[in-house]
Amino acid sequence: MEQTINITVIDREGTSHSLEAPTDMNMNMMELCKSYELPVEGTCGGMAMCASCHMYIVSDHSILERNDDEEAMLDQAFFVKSNSRLGCQIPITPDLDGLTVQLAEVGS
Amino acid sequence: MIETDILIIGAGPCGLFTVFEAGLLKLRCHLVDALPQTGGQLTEIYPKKPIYDIPGFPEVLAGDLIDHLMKQAAPFKPGFTLGERAEKLERGEDGHFLLTTSRGTVHKAPVIAIAGGLGCFEPRKPPISNIVDFEDKGIEYIVRDPNFYKGKKVIISGGGDSALDWTNFLANGVASEVSLVHRSKSFRGHPDSVQKVLDMAASGKIKLFTDAEVVGVNGGDHLTEITLQHADNSHSTLETDHWLPLFGLSPKLGPLADWGLNIEKNSIEVNTFDYSTNVDGIYAIGDINTYPGKLKLILCGFHEATLMVQSAFKRIYPDKNYVLKYTTVNGVNGF
Repeated sequence: MEQTINITVIDREGTSHSLEAPTDMNMNMMELCKSYELPVEGTCGGMAMCASCHMYIVSDHSILERNDDEEAMLDQAFFVKSNSRLGCQIPITPDLDGLTVQLAEVGS
Repeated sequence: MIETDILIIGAGPCGLFTVFEAGLLKLRCHLVDALPQTGGQLTEIYPKKPIYDIPGFPEVLAGDLIDHLMKQAAPFKPGFTLGERAEKLERGEDGHFLLTTSRGTVHKAPVIAIAGGLGCFEPRKPPISNIVDFEDKGIEYIVRDPNFYKGKKVIISGGGDSALDWTNFLANGVASEVSLVHRSKSFRGHPDSVQKVLDMAASGKIKLFTDAEVVGVNGGDHLTEITLQHADNSHSTLETDHWLPLFGLSPKLGPLADWGLNIEKNSIEVNTFDYSTNVDGIYAIGDINTYPGKLKLILCGFHEATLMVQSAFKRIYPDKNYVLKYTTVNGVNGF
């Protein structure tokens, strides 16, 4: 269990979900949410091409910076804030222990 | 009216491979797709991305896989209705299905195969509550005919290629006034198009609003003004005849949600015996279906297509016996 970290996901209704996340499964935040059946579509499968895993980083963690693909997709998304990220571009690593994210609204 | 044996909804990889497998059984196919090109999400979303789990191809670009599938299907001369969304499905007196598209094209077939993938790709709509009041009354998500904007004031939103390209096009002798609104400072389109837009903004040919977002629309019978929110949270209004929010496409299940099919979490429930749905004569294959153990993989969709056409054959020709033949022995005998 030492390879498991704790991550909190606040859903669109404001409910907090405390998730145990494995760091040795090559998973990202989009996949983690899907594995817990939280309402994240992950339509494009993790290519930073649909923004269905748009989320806000609520806690004070420093995360790998946005790459070009992610920036380009966030340009086309709605409800974007300075702490917006695409979950599929955030690999789950040990330093994310205690991370809190909030799922962004999905547009029509 | 277009008549065929299997009417395939969705011209992605599964739909295209269905043409081949159906062709081996001497069944003809016609494909309908909302996108103007074949390939579904492979050509629309990631044509230049590699796929590594197609059996026999250690690596293949998504766009190349579609080219190969088109070539493989070609001997069986599939028909295509592209750029039209499958809208209305009815059953005729003879039990055959009648499918009408968004542009009114009617198709008739005894079997429907839904290979709809993620659904239809539709424009992303900005989250403004009264935006629907002005749709086609000054707000258009797609430029259908550029001449429609002749002599008009046009505001374009977006930072990608389509926003940049239409800004360039409409500002050169079409619209009377063009403004481009973009949420950030940087643009991610082709460097050439970005430079053209920046040059036009510098020379005053267009108005450019960066770090800004359209947050309100207003007017009577027709759009007359939009409200901009700027980075410092201040607001301003702009008079306009048209607003084109160009934020790309996202998939929606669309009209087929109303065809009486059993749907669970945006997917169509099927029987894994032959990938039939709860509606007699309608099958669903590929990413759009669901069953216990479903994996959304292209290779699983190919398998589903292959089994599905066997069932379709028995449905269309209940009295004919069928014996599996190998292409290696018999070759591919097209129509």
